[in-house]
Amino acid sequence: MQLIQLLVSGVAQGCIYGLIALGFVLIYKATETVSFAQGDLMMVGAFIGLACMAFLGVPFWLAVPISIAGMAAIGFSTERVVIRPILGEPAFSIVMLTVGIGYVARGLVTMIPAIGTETHVLPVPYKNVTYNAGGLVLAAEQLVVIGVTAALCALLYAVFRYTRVGVAMQAASQNQLAAYYMGIPVRRLNALVWAIAAMVAAIAGLLLAPITFVHANMGFIGLKAFPAAVVGGFGSLPGAIVGGLIIGVVESYAGFFLPEGFKDIAAYVVVLIMLMVKPNGLFGERLRKKV
Amino acid sequence: MRFIFKTSYDQDIALAKHRGHVFWYGLLVALLFAAPWLVAEYWLSQLTFILIYGIVGLGLMLLAGFTGLFSIGHAAFLGVGAYTEAVLGGMGWPFPLSLACAMGLSAAVGVVVGLPALRVKGIYLGIATLAFGFIVEEVLARWEHVTGGNAGLSVKAVNLFGWKLGSGADFYLLCLVLAIAATLVILNLLRSPTGRAFVAIRDSEISAQSIGIHLARYKSLSFALSAAFTGLGGALYAHKISFLSPDQFGIVQSIDLLLMVVIGGLGSVHGAFLGAAFLIAMPQLIAVGKDFLPPAIGQAAGLQGVVYGAALIGFVLFEPMGLYGRWLKMRTWLQLAPFYRKGLFKRQKSFQKSERLR
Repeated sequence: MQLIQLLVSGVAQGCIYGLIALGFVLIYKATETVSFAQGDLMMVGAFIGLACMAFLGVPFWLAVPISIAGMAAIGFSTERVVIRPILGEPAFSIVMLTVGIGYVARGLVTMIPAIGTETHVLPVPYKNVTYNAGGLVLAAEQLVVIGVTAALCALLYAVFRYTRVGVAMQAASQNQLAAYYMGIPVRRLNALVWAIAAMVAAIAGLLLAPITFVHANMGFIGLKAFPAAVVGGFGSLPGAIVGGLIIGVVESYAGFFLPEGFKDIAAYVVVLIMLMVKPNGLFGERLRKKV
Repeated sequence: MRFIFKTSYDQDIALAKHRGHVFWYGLLVALLFAAPWLVAEYWLSQLTFILIYGIVGLGLMLLAGFTGLFSIGHAAFLGVGAYTEAVLGGMGWPFPLSLACAMGLSAAVGVVVGLPALRVKGIYLGIATLAFGFIVEEVLARWEHVTGGNAGLSVKAVNLFGWKLGSGADFYLLCLVLAIAATLVILNLLRSPTGRAFVAIRDSEISAQSIGIHLARYKSLSFALSAAFTGLGGALYAHKISFLSPDQFGIVQSIDLLLMVVIGGLGSVHGAFLGAAFLIAMPQLIAVGKDFLPPAIGQAAGLQGVVYGAALIGFVLFEPMGLYGRWLKMRTWLQLAPFYRKGLFKRQKSFQKSERLR
């Protein structure tokens, strides 16, 4: 029973990692950019939700779409203002750029007087609700995380599989130049991908907030989503979720069975083993150019 | 304008290209050696930090700027160097010996971290180094009977065969000598076949391989040398800060180091020191600027992060060659005035190259 209990909490935590990793993978697939700002976008999303609910008194069901829409706008404008001028530069410049965006986001949130430096509790309606199922204690927060993640994955899958925009995005991610020639507006798609990634980040933030707290440094959890993305294969959307689940479950078991301290580095040990055994990840694409 | 008339091939690889170099760098070194008698103790201490971070920057520059391998866990090497020096110095080892051990151990760790570099590239390597950085930080925090864990470890003063270098001026001069030595080593390395091989690997791995450069060997060597320099900087950092705790060597420090080399100017030796100066001077400038801002902005805790982030974004967008690139443009403008053309340093537009196909 203990094992299943740990499994459930690991899966819930893993879903969060998976959602953040999903943001990485979306952006990576579309623009070949690794965004270090994803965790901080998540933090901003959680803060928007918090601001709506705790300070403006907006009900929960309205605050969620507001923060998702707000993050979409932020993601879209970030792409337009700072990412687009530098597209085509060496990948490392763009990585440093996203690091800079992360710094600015964290700093700006910290600068909000009397709010930014505190830790807050997001007052969601399902807070502290638990279900008892055959000896298992299931927290509603964890069930919501798992359910929403599954629904979001299905939605994203459907978008990428069946809509024109989704197919165009796939084309652009496989070969930007060829997509241009086919008349696909690649730049607009890139902006859209950033908006989607920011929306996913907002959802991740709103899901994570009831489990932990809302504070300016919560974005550092994004650093654990990197291993998730790598384990799943950086270019694979289902891989991101699977990688996140693996990292979450391993972490959960490591925290219980191994001495203190192993929980924090379990994710990194897993990713190092993965890079040694299978550098392309579980679902990674293996493309090679012959010279 | 200056025309250099070359009469021998040795001039191509000479460290000082012309008399002006000799004069200006000589003047800089003379001023730096005279600094203890010229500036107040506080500024001397800041100057010491610039030199230490400059040495660390040289290490990271060798790896990131000249070999094209990016490490997001470089603070781990800094930590290994610092803790080795602190522990061995605490046991009463003479400074040169403990310094050599700190560099050696860092280099050994560097080779281990470099192993994934032989198989993975780009962002995967970044994540491998990131993971290693976290693991080293955790080891430093948990290996309590050696490192003191999260409670911290205090560091004794430098013991140079019985001569204690406690005071600011003595230690500053030691750092200055080591920084000059490190710079000379890097400059000489870069004009040797090994350094050329590093640059070739940065520019194109495939063509480097095809002209007979053993990728695995040179990448490991680059990691080892880079880690050794960072370890040297770490050892000096330990003495300067005189109290170590694992959280000084976390991800934030690693990203600060990357920020330093990017803002300084990737791929230039000057950039390491200019970036270090930026990293140390920025908090001071912010402190000065605070008084002119409204209190709601000036006193906020996040101001430094915003300024760092904005500076980073600004440099990547408008000055990818960093502070050194800006200086090059200014110098060229002065040399060519009034014939400077706007498009002289124009960036070439390039199509995005896919990393997945390499």
